[in-house]
Amino acid sequence: MENPENIIEVRNLQIDFHTYAGEVKAIRDVSFDLRKGETLAIVGESGSGKSVTTRSLMGLLAPNAVIKSGSIMFHDEDIIKKSEKDMQHIRGKDIAMIFQDPMTSLDPTMRIGLQIAEPLMKHKGLKKKEAVAQALEMLKLVGITDPENRINDYPYQFSGGMRQRIVIAIALVCYPEVLIADEPTTALDVTIQAQILDLMKDLQNRIDTSIIFITHDLGVVAGMADRVAVMYAGKIVEYGTVDEIFFNPQHPYTWGLLNSMPTLDTEGGSLSAIPGTPPDLLDPPVGDAFAARSDYAMKIDTEKEPPFFKVSDTHYAATWLLHPDAPKVTPPAEIVRRQKKFATMQKPEAPIKHETKE
Amino acid sequence: MPDERKKILEVHHLKQYFNVGKKDEVRAVDDVSFDIYEGETFGLVGESGSGKTTAGRSIIHLYEPTDGQIIFNGKDVSKLHTKAEMHEFRREIQMIFQDPYASLNPRMKVKDIVAEGIDIHNLAKDDADRTKRVEDLLETVGLNKDHSSRYPHEFSGGQRQRIGIARALAVEPKFIIADEPISALDVSIQAQVVNLMKELQEKQGLTYLFIAHDLSMVKYISDRIGVMHYGKILEIGPADEVYTHPLHAYTKSLISAVPVPDPEFERNRKQVVYDASREHDDKQRRMVEIAPGHFVRASEDEVEMYTKRAQDAGLVTDFPRN
Repeated sequence: MENPENIIEVRNLQIDFHTYAGEVKAIRDVSFDLRKGETLAIVGESGSGKSVTTRSLMGLLAPNAVIKSGSIMFHDEDIIKKSEKDMQHIRGKDIAMIFQDPMTSLDPTMRIGLQIAEPLMKHKGLKKKEAVAQALEMLKLVGITDPENRINDYPYQFSGGMRQRIVIAIALVCYPEVLIADEPTTALDVTIQAQILDLMKDLQNRIDTSIIFITHDLGVVAGMADRVAVMYAGKIVEYGTVDEIFFNPQHPYTWGLLNSMPTLDTEGGSLSAIPGTPPDLLDPPVGDAFAARSDYAMKIDTEKEPPFFKVSDTHYAATWLLHPDAPKVTPPAEIVRRQKKFATMQKPEAPIKHETKE
Repeated sequence: MPDERKKILEVHHLKQYFNVGKKDEVRAVDDVSFDIYEGETFGLVGESGSGKTTAGRSIIHLYEPTDGQIIFNGKDVSKLHTKAEMHEFRREIQMIFQDPYASLNPRMKVKDIVAEGIDIHNLAKDDADRTKRVEDLLETVGLNKDHSSRYPHEFSGGQRQRIGIARALAVEPKFIIADEPISALDVSIQAQVVNLMKELQEKQGLTYLFIAHDLSMVKYISDRIGVMHYGKILEIGPADEVYTHPLHAYTKSLISAVPVPDPEFERNRKQVVYDASREHDDKQRRMVEIAPGHFVRASEDEVEMYTKRAQDAGLVTDFPRN
């Protein structure tokens, strides 16, 4: 490991998919770190490569995927080089995953108690009785009411939010070091989403796990993440702390994302949509992949790929706008407003949580 | 405050029950009333299972309502008995669906999908007119005419939703029910589709019933909002007012749960927990106009509390109640 604080280090990852149409370059040179105990959010549109990136951490890529180059270091070992058999010892024990749809990620024919107990029997060699006893503790922890009776129920007997709690219980029952949450609340209602997000934060503190949180919902990111990586067309285009990304974004794509969401104060007029659609990764564009949709594109953006420019020790962005020779541009009004706030911001206080009951 | 605008849709005490009289009777929509004025966007929000989609489907008469009255353009929809009347009604009111992948027939070309309504209602004079109409519609929604001979699978989610909008517009409707039209789309594409819908509304004077669970988007696109919960509407009012000064506790809790793309705000988030059991006492509740145009479902003894809340929020100073 380059840095002892890191639990995962991904370097220069490149993944292609073989399809009938040709080779889809899904991940194009992605590098990032996951620190111990932090929540890293990966944000991007569908097709940006956020799910592929994390599936490669789990060794769960589709059969037509080829890892062209790069390394994924976990405990000083490269996950990419591991056999499927080795991966089965890591998956669910050291690195666990929560998927988007709680209905399809549970076995409909198996009682939930046993589904939660299964990883314990498999990875920790517990007897069924002990494992089920621990599963019961886990059910209590994720807030299922009347766990003694419900442990023998089947998934269909639970609502969507409760099912996602069960999925979380399965993922966390072995106290994994890394939890990958792939759009865990997208299928849920806002009120249930808020409960699940609170639960995840609470459990993270208790069992001290690092979380990679994949989502396209910037509101969720703002509430969950310590650090954020923004992906576009198979690349990370900007990363930094949550405050840096939300209040001092530098890449035009990050501007576009933040700008296309209505905020509490958005009044009338039209939303600033990002025009066009993401590029076809069968034949990725030369230079900055976002150039074709960007109002801020310069000639060099279509010729040469921008490297990462340093904004602060923790904040980097891959846009030519940060080059010393680049012309000064004024970001969209909403971004200017955010940057002004960044300039005046004090050191963030510790998170406070209020609950008012009505 | 009398409203001079024309009501295009009046829903009176709509009830939509399923499995009536059986053990598993579901009261999906239970005594819901609201009006929609011509040219406005009415947003219907609620969680899954609140009955918002069922309400939309009952209005367009995909279900036979259990009870209640739906008056569209001055005509009682349940009294449309002849085929011709129903035919005309279905031309004037159209629907846009949530899933742009499931709502387009994969075996039909785009031009035939868009022209299906034109054919059914015999709107085109001849083949040339049909082609022209389809091409104009595609252009209206931001696609180009070369797209007309392609199949749905050749398009992205946002483009498909545009095809769905073109299909709805093909029969020149007055009223469009949009059931979660953007929730399956990416953030950057959502804004494109919402902008398109707004633009079309201005140009063609359309009226929308916008059904969604994404409150920030609903607030943005709607003139007025109705909040549904367990088959009932709990609060109706101007979009900004409902969003910034919600009166009903459920609306408060719903709004407090919306994630905001602002880390500072999120760190100080105050989550309001709603206790639904308070609705299940035996008190009679009805929609009461607490502030001008702002209704809350309340029992007689709750009216005072809501009025106080509205006064505190500055929504009402001296509002005469009747």
